[in-house]
Amino acid sequence: MADLETHDFDVIVVGAGGAGLRAAIEAQAQGARTAVICKSLLGKAHTVMAEGGIAASMGNVWSEDNWQVHFRDTMRGGKMLNNWRMAQLHAQEAPDRVLELEEWGALFDRTKEGLISQRDFGGHRYARLAHVGDRTGLEMIRTLQQRAVSQGMAVFMECKVHKLILDEGRVAGALAYWRETGRFVLFRAKAVILATGGIGKAWQVTSNSWEYTGDGHSLALSTGADLIDMEFVQFHPTGMVWPPSVRGILVTESVRGDGGVLRNTDGKRFMFDYIPEVFAAETADSEAEADRWYEDHINNRRPPELLPRDEVARAINSEVKAGRGTEHGGVYLDIASRRSADFIRRRLPSMYHQFKELADVDITATPFEIGPTCHYVMGGVKVDADTAQSTIPGLYAAGEVAGGMHGSNRLGGNSLGDLLVFGRRAGLAAAEYAQGLGAAPQVADSEVDRLTAEALDPFNRTTGENPYSLQYELQDTMHKLVGIIRVRSELEEAIEKVGQLKERAKNVAVEGHRQFNPGWHLALDLESLLTVSEAVARCALLREESRGGHTRDDFPSTSGYWSKINNTIHRDSTGETTITQEPLPEMPDELKALFEEPAK
Amino acid sequence: MTDVSTDSPRSASKGPDMVNMQVWRGDASGGDFKLYEVEYREGEVVLDVIHRIQATQANDLGVRWNCKAGKCGSCSAEINGLPRLMCMTRMSTFEPGQDITVAPMKTFPVMKDLVTDVSFNYEMAKRIPAFQPKPKDADGKRRMAQRDVERSQEFRKCIECFMCQNVCHVIRDHDENKVHFAGPRFLMRIAELEMHPHDTGDRIPLAREELGLPYCNITKCCTEVCPEHIHITDNALIPMKERVVDRYFDPITRLGRAIRRKR
Amino acid sequence: MAVTTVQAGRGTRPAQNLRVDRWWLQPALTAAGLTAFVIYSTWSTFTPHDYFAGATVGRDYLSPFFSPCITNRCGAGTTWHLVNWWPFSAAILMLPFPLMFRGTCYYYRKAYYRSFWFSPPACAVPEPHGKYTGESRFPLLVQNLHRYALYLVIPFPIILLWEAWKGTHMITVSAAGSLVTSRGLGLGTLILFVNALLLLTYTLSCHSCRHLCGGHLNALSKGPTRYWLWKRVSFLNEHHMGLAWVSLVAVGLTDVYVRLVASGAIHDPRFF
Ligand SMILES: Cc1cc2nc3c(=O)[nH]c(=O)nc-3n(C[C@H](O)[C@H](O)[C@H](O)COP(=O)(O)OP(=O)(O)OC[C@H]3O[C@@H](n4cnc5c(N)ncnc54)[C@H](O)[C@@H]3O)c2cc1C
Ligand code: SF4
Ligand code: SF4
Ligand code: FES
Ligand code: FES
Repeated sequence: MADLETHDFDVIVVGAGGAGLRAAIEAQAQGARTAVICKSLLGKAHTVMAEGGIAASMGNVWSEDNWQVHFRDTMRGGKMLNNWRMAQLHAQEAPDRVLELEEWGALFDRTKEGLISQRDFGGHRYARLAHVGDRTGLEMIRTLQQRAVSQGMAVFMECKVHKLILDEGRVAGALAYWRETGRFVLFRAKAVILATGGIGKAWQVTSNSWEYTGDGHSLALSTGADLIDMEFVQFHPTGMVWPPSVRGILVTESVRGDGGVLRNTDGKRFMFDYIPEVFAAETADSEAEADRWYEDHINNRRPPELLPRDEVARAINSEVKAGRGTEHGGVYLDIASRRSADFIRRRLPSMYHQFKELADVDITATPFEIGPTCHYVMGGVKVDADTAQSTIPGLYAAGEVAGGMHGSNRLGGNSLGDLLVFGRRAGLAAAEYAQGLGAAPQVADSEVDRLTAEALDPFNRTTGENPYSLQYELQDTMHKLVGIIRVRSELEEAIEKVGQLKERAKNVAVEGHRQFNPGWHLALDLESLLTVSEAVARCALLREESRGGHTRDDFPSTSGYWSKINNTIHRDSTGETTITQEPLPEMPDELKALFEEPAK
Repeated sequence: MTDVSTDSPRSASKGPDMVNMQVWRGDASGGDFKLYEVEYREGEVVLDVIHRIQATQANDLGVRWNCKAGKCGSCSAEINGLPRLMCMTRMSTFEPGQDITVAPMKTFPVMKDLVTDVSFNYEMAKRIPAFQPKPKDADGKRRMAQRDVERSQEFRKCIECFMCQNVCHVIRDHDENKVHFAGPRFLMRIAELEMHPHDTGDRIPLAREELGLPYCNITKCCTEVCPEHIHITDNALIPMKERVVDRYFDPITRLGRAIRRKR
Repeated sequence: MAVTTVQAGRGTRPAQNLRVDRWWLQPALTAAGLTAFVIYSTWSTFTPHDYFAGATVGRDYLSPFFSPCITNRCGAGTTWHLVNWWPFSAAILMLPFPLMFRGTCYYYRKAYYRSFWFSPPACAVPEPHGKYTGESRFPLLVQNLHRYALYLVIPFPIILLWEAWKGTHMITVSAAGSLVTSRGLGLGTLILFVNALLLLTYTLSCHSCRHLCGGHLNALSKGPTRYWLWKRVSFLNEHHMGLAWVSLVAVGLTDVYVRLVASGAIHDPRFF
């Protein structure tokens, strides 16, 4: 511990995506000494990849839109399992958060009147997504990054938070290492905000990057904070399927929002066969009506291609299983025959570019193959809706790493709004907590020594497992056994396999030295990957129903019992993980009333 | 180190799906190219092959990446001498049988293998004053016409891959200029703010006197390598040079301003 | 790597050209093209005869190198007789303006910085200079005067159009032996027109022109006419490099053609 690099802050934010940056900006604005720590370079977090837009009921395109409608869409999309208070705060505050971005320099696409333009997306009743072409996430992260820089924010890039440290049950700091040098660095802090994003790297076909190893989930769990709803993992219906190396890369939902339709190999627009009861009243049942909708939302119902993601992903899955899929195991997404080449290039420039360069396919000329890809985790750290605080004092979570907001399924565009709304709330609450705390909590030297020694273990083994093979095996297991459609026997098998992998992971060995060594980094990430994989599989086994991002072949319908339950995961000080069933928070009557009006 | 029989196609000597990758390995103290013979499969990009080397032959090979879809700008390198995103460079674009070189960006100090220290860029970003909005309309809304935001929107497509910074000879071949030349990416950032219809700041003296706009000799390499196809030189740098001329070299507009100020 | 530490250090990799494509081709072609033009135009300037195809060949064509001819040295081809003490080639009076314009043109700057100065010869190819200050000091500071060159040359394409209009004079000898001028169209007339139009387009596509037309505005929507102009000029501007070359070649070929007709080497076909 002698020559350990050490920093003192009031608030540290783990993660520099939308949620992390928004939280840090707020905490710093409140006067807290704040630092941001991230695994990649600043501006490269996952948020940069978001394409479609930010859902906010500003009513610039449809004046009928308001927060109540947005709230209702969000709850319906999440199959009513959402934390109602989070959904409410999100719907109410998202417009202000978007307008605030504009004050910080964001340049959204405009309406004719010069206001922020809004686009249609699956599950949203009105055109509601503020966007910039199909690179909204880039605009958002760059704006927040530039804002943070202008505030003189301390940013620690390519620095991975390895463990959180507690003092008497409160947050005391975090131990991290520089990816460049492999040296450890200690952050002493009164409050920690987790904004680490998701867990998609545990699957083989995913739209997520190497960063998405579930570090935040795992850090929270290991300090004793609870996670909820980990069985709900969103598979985005449209990922690329060919060539193999780009399998999983996302094709934005805007392709469908702007007129693209799904067809099987018979050329049939099959989504009309998959309209579930709950959405029947608001979904078109003929191609003619669906096509009219793009021009006239009032007198026509939405095309079934714009049903929530879980529905579309399952439909594609069924078509492929029934033998009506393409040779590479997908279905066709066709916008070429429906919109002019000019329109496509203007509205979907990066999609055009992505297919042209990666697959050598011109999406303005031919339909292209797509299939489901692991995309987003609805579950996450259990937080208080108003403050984003976890069950541990001083530990906050915002963004994809937090649970509850999206229930069992997230609507497209609701994540970016979530990052801003709860990022800000977390920053506010953390700063207040840190300032209210008298003396700073203490970090015990012995604890730091133990943690650093443990992290360096893989270098001490001359023979052992290759971390890359372990990761590969885990991804394969999760893909095959804990995918879109789940069944008891496979889930049990998965839990057993993950258990074995956990044992083998204790024996990984890495070569080379500590300087920028991806092998070693992966060896350390394995712990998080395995922790979240186990949580997902165990929760999935317990929930004996199908709902949103969790479909059980052996329990194909929703259950009354589970409709009121959150699976809550807790790890005690001995390392024992238990999952309990906790009742959902009860929605107040005035909000319940919103669901009684007939949906148009 | 290279197979001399280059005239025999790849299939003859090594099977149809092997490639020779010359990957630069080293750190701040120096390094050199190392030859890896790897398998590659249809449709793969350079990054896939680098990852295969990492997973099978060199676990500790340093490389940055995130999105694998040309959106984050992490995986910049020099492939056969030209700055490219590794995730957007298809293997099928190379001549069979030829070695492919993959090197770290030349302009920035190497940290390890293909990973360079790009902090120069983050430092330059800090020197540019942020957006300074004019007040909103009376009804509390901010209205901007699409045609007015389009120019700055083009520049905001930038994914900060820093390849334009890397290729710009002003700093690539002259380290000493790094003190007073911000590079195309950040001169473009100034252009973006200057052309913003609601910005009230003035960064023209900064661009000319401190961030090195006059060092640019408009040779357009930045534009050539930009993966977002932003017309950096034509739409940002030259218009900025013209604005500098307005301010410093055009007595007519100068006179106009002086008169206006007197009133 | 923290944002808080500055390390604007040196690149570690040695300066080395790793390009395997034919990177030298473009600078080589550019250098060859520009050199050829300079040699030809110099020869033409100092060959002050046969640049006007007049009554002897039945035409009224003046080479663009010598246009507008303001001395009495062009004979019947004189545009305006303003100077009669000029002892040298008439071209020397006029060429400096286009030369200044093209010399400070943003495209030609790129072209000669790359192909003659090697600064840089091609992208990612090391530059063979120890020091570099770009256009930040004298003499290259004068590149900032490009706008004035634009002001000065704007009349040229217009005069050339007018010269082309004069080129519709077809001169014949009547039965009585006197010269008769009628309107008509020869191949040369067409060439003069095309050349003038190309020059006009090249001039309009200039970056300074684009700036002055509307590029200097931040709120383009406030000036609809200027927006319209700016859009049109921006379109031309995208093709500035092409126009620079095409108009350059056109001027040279027009001069060649006029000389061929003037010297009687070829006969200019007349369409009507
Ligand atoms: C391709 C794609 C398209 C999408 N499109 C949309 C869309 O159109 N609309 C929408 O609303 N949502 C969209 N989403 C979802 C949305 O982008 C993400 O859910 C959201 O960006 C997550 O943001 P975040 O701030 O929680 O985390 P991220 O932006 O992922 O940031 C995580 C940060 O945490 C850091 N980090 C992680 N672990 C550690 C650690 N151990 N130590 C230090 N730092 C760490 C990372 O370095 C990173 O900086 C999309 C997602 C993808 C993948
Ligand atoms: S155009 Fe200017 S900024 Fe761009 S590479 Fe050339 S010298 Fe650098
Ligand atoms: S301008 Fe283009 S080349 Fe330069 S950093 Fe941005 S995206 Fe990269
Ligand atoms: S990995 Fe994101 S641009 Fe290549
Ligand atoms: S003539 Fe080329 S830029 Fe003006």
